[in-house]
Amino acid sequence: MTRTIIRYLPLLMLALAWEAAPRLGLVSALALPPLSHVAVAWVDLVRDGELVDNGLTSIYRGTAGLLLAVVIGGGLGVAMASWRRLDLFLKPLVEVFYPLPKSALIPATALWLGLGDGSKILLILLGCMIPVTIGAYNGARGSDHALIWSARSMGANRARMLWDVFMPSALPELLNGIRTALALSFILLVSSELISAQRGFGYLIGYLGDTGSYEGMVAVVLTVAVLGFAADRLYQRLMQWLLRWRE
Amino acid sequence: MARIEDQFSPAIAATGAGRLPRGGIDAAFRIAARYLAIVLLLIAWEAFARSGKVTPFMLPPFSAVVARIHTDAVAGHLWLDLGLTVYRALAGFFIAACGGIALGAAMSRMASIRWFFDPIISVGFPMPKIAFLPIIILWLGVYDVSKISMVVFDAIFPVVTATIAGLAAVDKELIWSARNMGAGERELTWQVALPAALPQILTGLQVALPIALIVEIVVEMAMGGYGLGGATMSASRFADSRGVFAGIVEIAIVGYALIRAMSFIRRRLLVWHDEAEERA
Repeated sequence: MTRTIIRYLPLLMLALAWEAAPRLGLVSALALPPLSHVAVAWVDLVRDGELVDNGLTSIYRGTAGLLLAVVIGGGLGVAMASWRRLDLFLKPLVEVFYPLPKSALIPATALWLGLGDGSKILLILLGCMIPVTIGAYNGARGSDHALIWSARSMGANRARMLWDVFMPSALPELLNGIRTALALSFILLVSSELISAQRGFGYLIGYLGDTGSYEGMVAVVLTVAVLGFAADRLYQRLMQWLLRWRE
Repeated sequence: MARIEDQFSPAIAATGAGRLPRGGIDAAFRIAARYLAIVLLLIAWEAFARSGKVTPFMLPPFSAVVARIHTDAVAGHLWLDLGLTVYRALAGFFIAACGGIALGAAMSRMASIRWFFDPIISVGFPMPKIAFLPIIILWLGVYDVSKISMVVFDAIFPVVTATIAGLAAVDKELIWSARNMGAGERELTWQVALPAALPQILTGLQVALPIALIVEIVVEMAMGGYGLGGATMSASRFADSRGVFAGIVEIAIVGYALIRAMSFIRRRLLVWHDEAEERA
């Protein structure tokens, strides 16, 4: 307990400094509203439902996009690792699209599907697919050949091989790829909503900023930041649980 | 956070090696396959756009996009946008690299600094820092300073964590023997510890570079002004779809070139390291 407090004391100090700086007049309260005002604004936003409504929209978009990316990207990676011809053809494309700064796709998806959910989901799917594909590919390619041979000689068919041999050995790399995708999905979601949207966290941040209610804006920014942090920590737990058979 | 193309290709080389003879013909075939796939993709784009299944607004033909890039290049604003984007992304990346390595080294050396920054880094790393963009705009405006600051803010985290992990993994015997041979603290840091940690630090930089590019494009789109991201976004606002796709192609080429350059630099810097032999 005390160890946790000592460990997180710096964050508490930052929070106190944040509260004190505008109150003591060191910075303008407009530029940095005191933390307590931000907390009040947060409660107000939750009460009138704006934060929850926009938040649910964002969470829906993020989850849908990420799930599609995991299914399609993971499937593609495993398929590339299993069929050499597909690999020869697709690997160069993956290598070309890998370094594309994914945010470049924001205007294209807006052009295709407008400002609503569809464009965000497509953006997250396209942006997050490649890390998952690479993870699944590296994982499946890295499967122990001795393991594959012995499974095959013991009469495992393709589907069984996929599930019992490829999956467990590909899992650590695949899960790492999904973690990268999770972080990317937050970045793409929030930035596309900041740039062009009529709902969602990013939209709400921009709207509150434009109307000058900076306490509310900071409250939503912190909410998104905490959600991103929490999602990563939860995912890490899940990863540890899924990989508990190792060691 | 990310595993990167650089780790992607050796994995392919390593696993592919067992099955195939690695002769000249095979290598030539691989290279041909690589370009063939890209050429086929571009032909498919052109054919699909001309097939009439989509309007030219949804997907302009590749040839029209190339023509557009050519006009932009002749008119000159392509070079201005390109230069500004690369300048801001790299300026942010270099500040994040130097700051991140310095902070990481300080955190590994001094307990008090580690105590203060450790929770900030571990909580801050997984946060989507792009959400802070409107706050940065409020504080610093919409010009280069705020754009570069946003890039630094996002790209510094992987550098710090990679530096700490790299320094922690340095062989203790290396440090002891250097100290034994009379190396001072400064020599120990610059000539022993940092070079030994270099592979991991470079991996951190290779994670930070794509982040810097993604963020640079986003901030240009959000704040407007010159730059490839800004140009692409304003094309989108004017429903100029050729401009949008020209922008995406330009951004893709910049991303590809910078990330390639980074892995080239890695190979050059690590010629002395075992890693270089594994590749050969």
